[in-house]
Amino acid sequence: MSRAVSTRRKAITTAAAWTIGLAIFFPILWTIITSFKTEAEAIASPPSLFNFHWTLENYFAVQERSNYFRHFWNSVVISLGSTLLGLAIAIPAAWSMAFVPTKRTKDVLMWMLSTKMLPPVGVLIPIYLMFRDTGLLDTRIGLVVVLTLINLPIIVWMLFTYFKEIPGEILEASRMDGATLRSEILYVLTPMAVPGIASTLLLNVILAWNEAFWTLNLTAAKAAPLTAFIASYSSPEGLFYAKLSAASTMAIAPILILGWFSQKQLVRGLTFGAVK
Amino acid sequence: MKLTYRALMGACAVAALSTGATAETITIATVNNGQMIQMQGLTDDFTAKNPDIDVEWVTLEENILRQRVTTDVATKGGQYDVMTIGTYEVPIWGKQGWLVPLSDLPESYDADDILPAIRGGLTVDGELYAAPFYGESSMVMYRRDLMEAAGLEMPEAPTWEFIGEAARAMTDRDAEIYGICLRGKAGWGENMAFLTAMGNSFGARWFDMDWKPQFDTEAWANTLNFYINLMTDAGPPGASSNGFNENLALFQTGKCGMWIDATVAASFVTNPAESTVADQVGFALAPDNGLGKRGNWLWAWSLAIPAGTQKEEAAKKFVEWATSKDYLELVAAKDGWANVPPGTRTSLYENPEYAEIPFAKMTLDSINSADPNNPAVDPVPYVGVQFAAIPEFQGIATAVGQQFSAALAGTTSVEDALANAQNLATREMTRAGYIK
Repeated sequence: MSRAVSTRRKAITTAAAWTIGLAIFFPILWTIITSFKTEAEAIASPPSLFNFHWTLENYFAVQERSNYFRHFWNSVVISLGSTLLGLAIAIPAAWSMAFVPTKRTKDVLMWMLSTKMLPPVGVLIPIYLMFRDTGLLDTRIGLVVVLTLINLPIIVWMLFTYFKEIPGEILEASRMDGATLRSEILYVLTPMAVPGIASTLLLNVILAWNEAFWTLNLTAAKAAPLTAFIASYSSPEGLFYAKLSAASTMAIAPILILGWFSQKQLVRGLTFGAVK
Repeated sequence: MKLTYRALMGACAVAALSTGATAETITIATVNNGQMIQMQGLTDDFTAKNPDIDVEWVTLEENILRQRVTTDVATKGGQYDVMTIGTYEVPIWGKQGWLVPLSDLPESYDADDILPAIRGGLTVDGELYAAPFYGESSMVMYRRDLMEAAGLEMPEAPTWEFIGEAARAMTDRDAEIYGICLRGKAGWGENMAFLTAMGNSFGARWFDMDWKPQFDTEAWANTLNFYINLMTDAGPPGASSNGFNENLALFQTGKCGMWIDATVAASFVTNPAESTVADQVGFALAPDNGLGKRGNWLWAWSLAIPAGTQKEEAAKKFVEWATSKDYLELVAAKDGWANVPPGTRTSLYENPEYAEIPFAKMTLDSINSADPNNPAVDPVPYVGVQFAAIPEFQGIATAVGQQFSAALAGTTSVEDALANAQNLATREMTRAGYIK
């Protein structure tokens, strides 16, 4: 009897999970489907889900008009660059906060997080002027620096959470064996925290990939990533929904595939942080 | 032999260096409108005529572009050499000294050929600060079949009373046909563009000569009441979230009897590849109320050169090319006269081939009937037909637009919306120092 209840409960939970999952995924699915319609079919009322003339014309039109691969490469460099630079700064910072805490550690962590509460537009002009004077406008290196600084609090927080789970005694033992601070972080702590570092890396790559305020405001032609590629297909005066959908699908496809293959690490990373 | 080889190599190196030294890349910021994308596709013609200039395009959504180029021009960031801006920005930026004057364009450019209404909107203190790429006004687009079925005939210059009567007669809610589709989405360039122009024909204005907001006048009450009643009786459901694109989709799928909006929409609604009602569309001037002003606006997407550019000469060559008579002929040869950027040059409307386009005359008449320097029935201290060209307008008009959109959605009354609009506009204008 209890087995039957358990099966029924499982079925309900599974159905609920699939329903919620599909509801969340539906806008992406709709975007992908629309990208295969003509512009006229994209605005048809009532809209058709699958019963229409499938076409690749929007993808050809987008490819003809824009240099997708330049935008894609900029996105790769900016998101990976900012995440790796962020990790290089955050690993030692999180180590010190997790294993050598002071009475101010909690305050420092909260202060770091508080920088995320500032609306970015509030510092747009000062940063723009600094970038102008240092020649960093429309450069990938400029965006790597800005996105590193923006995501650093999240990276430090996530790594701090992981490092707290690692027994300090192991690090002490390595010190007893004569490990230097550098060796301790590189050869003892980092290998043990690889799952945590991997999920932090993945989450921050996604955050940097999707960042659309600074990447739009600090770039023009040379360093513009895929966010600018999408923005170039949106128009308040013209119905280009099918082309916009094709551009969006091309922009999200790489990160969607990355997310699909690394979902275990991602979920672990997200839930790990959530319960802390 | 060795000497000849060396001389040749030397010559090649000098040639390569000199090419590298003179080749310039200009960056052009533009919006994702059909005509701009067409221009992007014709870049080869420009680079063929100017082999020493390369062109980089930055195409962005209109609001993002506006924010982006404003930041750049105000800080003299120098990211762009040519910017696509509208008649709202040109007077403000020209006055600030943020734009390069274009009064020294060569005689062959024939600046006197630019339509006077458009040129007036791009000129500050006698200096032309931007060259118009395409101009637009607003007009009535209507379904001839539905009008006929309602037993009515659209005059060339209708009144608001006729529009109201026709909209109600054409409405058939069971068949999902709505007599009129108008902008309802909040925003200074959305519902407020339409309502400001409509207000002009009802005798309303944004400010009196002392910059005092005028939403507490009878003229504004009449404007807003007429609009809300009309949309309630004959408008589509959810109209408070409809902008240009939403109404275009409704009209193209046969759900609107009439649509009053940008003249540039004419080529979309008459294109059989996009519109199911392409062969049934008629055009008329924007309505009036017999007060001497019509409810149409005036806008020109224009090319301007920011004062921070290091490549002024190359940028000027591009602006000259893109807004020239030759460019119009280039587009006509490639895509046909119906797809030529409209509303900028007198000579285009004198061209007999262009005169055959069904919406050509109506577009020109609409543009000519708008006067940015004298937009309302009563005198005003500002320039602009559907806007007031002051920096504060965007913020104030968007907030007022939210009030009017809420009135259309039924979440607030017309009286409250107008009172709130008056209060917030007075507060902001006082803060900005216009009201002493």
